[in-house]
Amino acid sequence: MAPRNRAPAASTPSTPSSQPTPSRTKTASNPQHIIHGVWNNYVAKTPQRTKLIDTFMAFLMVVGAVQFAYCVVAGNYPFNAFLSGFGATVGQFVLTASLRIQTNVENEGEFKNISNERAFADYIFGSLLLHFFCVNFIN
Amino acid sequence: MTATAGDVFFKGQSGHNTRSLLRVVILLCIAGAAISSRLFSVIRFESIIHEFDPWFNFRATKYLVENGFYPFWDWFDDRTWHPLGRVTGGTLYPGLMVTSGAIYHLLRFLTFPVDIRNICVLLAPAFSGLTAVAAYLLTSEMSTSPSAGLLAAVFMGISPGYISRSVAGSYDNEAIAITLLVATFYFWIKAVKNGSIFWSAITALSYGYMVSAWGGYVFITNMLPLHAFVLICMGRYSSRLYVAYTTWYAIGTLAAMQIPFVGFDPVRSSEHMAPLGVFGLIQLVAFVEYIRYQLPSKQFQTLLRSLVLVIFVVALGGLVLLTLSGVIAPWTGRFYSLWDTGYAKIHIPIIASVSEHQPTAWPAFFFDLNMLIWLFPAGVYMCFRHLKDEHVFIVIYAVLASYFSGVMVRLMLTLTPIVCVAAAMALSQILDTYLTTKTPIVDTKENGSAKEFADVKSPVNPVTKILSPGLRSTRHPVIGIYSNVSKAIVVLSTTVYLLLFVAHCTWVTSNAYSSPSVVLASRLPDGSQHIIDDYREAYYWLRQNVDENAKIMSWWDYGYQIGGMADRPTLVDNNTWNNTHIATVGKAMSSREEVSYPIMRQHEVDYVLVVFGGLLGYSGDDINKFLWMVRIAEGIWPDEVKERDFFTARGEYRIDDEATPTMKNSLMYKMSYYNYNGLFPPGQAMDRVRGSRLPAEGPQLTTVDEAFTSENWIIRIYKVKDLDNVGRDHGSAAAFDKGHKKKKATKRRGARVLRVE
Repeated sequence: MAPRNRAPAASTPSTPSSQPTPSRTKTASNPQHIIHGVWNNYVAKTPQRTKLIDTFMAFLMVVGAVQFAYCVVAGNYPFNAFLSGFGATVGQFVLTASLRIQTNVENEGEFKNISNERAFADYIFGSLLLHFFCVNFIN
Repeated sequence: MTATAGDVFFKGQSGHNTRSLLRVVILLCIAGAAISSRLFSVIRFESIIHEFDPWFNFRATKYLVENGFYPFWDWFDDRTWHPLGRVTGGTLYPGLMVTSGAIYHLLRFLTFPVDIRNICVLLAPAFSGLTAVAAYLLTSEMSTSPSAGLLAAVFMGISPGYISRSVAGSYDNEAIAITLLVATFYFWIKAVKNGSIFWSAITALSYGYMVSAWGGYVFITNMLPLHAFVLICMGRYSSRLYVAYTTWYAIGTLAAMQIPFVGFDPVRSSEHMAPLGVFGLIQLVAFVEYIRYQLPSKQFQTLLRSLVLVIFVVALGGLVLLTLSGVIAPWTGRFYSLWDTGYAKIHIPIIASVSEHQPTAWPAFFFDLNMLIWLFPAGVYMCFRHLKDEHVFIVIYAVLASYFSGVMVRLMLTLTPIVCVAAAMALSQILDTYLTTKTPIVDTKENGSAKEFADVKSPVNPVTKILSPGLRSTRHPVIGIYSNVSKAIVVLSTTVYLLLFVAHCTWVTSNAYSSPSVVLASRLPDGSQHIIDDYREAYYWLRQNVDENAKIMSWWDYGYQIGGMADRPTLVDNNTWNNTHIATVGKAMSSREEVSYPIMRQHEVDYVLVVFGGLLGYSGDDINKFLWMVRIAEGIWPDEVKERDFFTARGEYRIDDEATPTMKNSLMYKMSYYNYNGLFPPGQAMDRVRGSRLPAEGPQLTTVDEAFTSENWIIRIYKVKDLDNVGRDHGSAAAFDKGHKKKKATKRRGARVLRVE
């Protein structure tokens, strides 16, 4: 999955670099415009694979939020089940976020000896451990 | 100087290999030394489980080996805490037992016919070898010097601070927990350095194992978030830290919750809130960093300000709300006593009564760590010189552990690893500086250019810049040690210190920490060793002569030993989970017989066991612990038991003629000194622990009979009398047997006693 990631990603940041500049001049203090600018920036700059990862993270956040809402509304009776379900989403979220950070070309300096393949293998290892504990805890 | 033969081995690729091989050999030797220095007790005495808690661990291990894992997990023990029982499987840390059970089955599988007891006895030394290796790895991450790791391994292997809890036979949770502590820290440092999910997951696994092994895991639980927090506050947040911390927290917390005894604590109790908070914080910081990357700085600041404000208010409000509504449990007493050393004494006497929970006396630091204690600050200082992420960890650990070890004696154990690491870094720096034979070439002729040389070549040396160039010594700024004499002196004195350290460690281990305390040793006048084996004599007597379900009442210190050695049900034991039950025993011991007897009948006590050291001068006996029994009982029944009544008018704790009536009438006093007068000529009875002469008239017992007294009178066992045949209370029955008239008997009778059966 990961090996060819770097090649297209390396070229993308340079193209839309001029985009945030127009928004800076007039609406520096308006949060709505800032957020809009961030979004445009994101859509233009991010490689496709990272977007895929981000979609998964967003999905996990929704699942976590639904579980938490259920816990608040309907009570936490099988607390084990809630904890392991919620823990699984949060854990998977941070693992995916870690994968995203590690495979991001901008962070290449930080992770010199972690290749994309290694990052993905680590990710699988961490996820396996996480879900083993979750399944064991769910009762 | 360089020999051609040596070149083959010490230069280039083969030199690298030679060094690796040497390192492995040295580490193996260190592990061997660590193991063998812990075997004093086996050689002196025998392969026996020591002290108190190990006896429970041993008993639980036997249960695990006999019945398998799932019965052990569901074990309800009805032979302790009579009549309550104890959900043992859910209230212990199973790591130790499961480890030795696994080793047992592995060895059996390999057809080694080994006894479970020997595995339990030798588990702690074996793991200390692994601790030395872990200390090597941890230190190697900190320091570039190849000798630092090896020195740390040596220190870890033989420093008495760690040996005190890991001699052969000391089969306690700490035996494997310290290994796991050091290993977890090593993996953590590795994870932070590389930002690798893999190492972080290994950290979480190691942490999970640690949680299953020792309650002290909370130290790691708070140590790692603190490290992350300090790094964030120092502005050293990096995505490596994010990866390491979040992965550890997500997997580690779930792993911790697998242990039934820990249960939901990681999301419920205050001790575990720090990692959760830092987890949230680091998510925020990561998000903000990400946003910052996307935005010009002006916009970023606006966004950041509103974001931080909103989240801070929400988080604080949530925490306050949850604590108020009781979802998050407040701090437990043991942790309060860590911050406020006087807390336990006032509120929870049972915690204060344990000797290892006392504050540390300063000589203990020198006793347990010897020269490491003065190398330790130097090592911490060296960390400041580099101050990378991992050095920050060392500094935090050093500060925290120093504080905690000052508060509680047993926490010296958590200080020892960091002292070893820091001291090894300091010492290796000394050795690396002085042990090199190379002499830097000093260009003394170049007088004119010396100043430029200083500015260009060694800008790190500020001395030359500050001092005027007129001083001759500052003209040649090449700094180093050239003289072989000074090198020899420093190296020699370091060697002497190291040798003294080894001698000290061996001496301490052999003299202070190798006593099983189940078997006592003394020296006869001719210098030969005399073994005092009263404990096992008495426990074996119980095992042989007493009904299998006879309930034994004793102070809680001996509960585990009675359960392990005598295999008889006990009322209270070292688990101390139920303060009221312990206070009940304390009340029975400290009250008059007329009060104690109904209590003992209610709890179906058949035998009472007291430890008495008066004949032998054994100071750890029940009379010396008696005030704690009184205090704990007073905590529950302040109206019936009063500590003041046990002191004389002048505030002295006496057992002789001037002892208070309350003291003299207490069951504990009577059982300790019953018939003791008979050993001495009339009026000469001496208590050799308290060093005082006893009253001429010995105490009379009416509700219990003496059943057994061991050879040196250390253990005395009394049988609780059955109800009187004709319905009298025991006081009047005894008086009648003595031939007193009934009239006098009624006068002697104390407060009316409610018959319960």
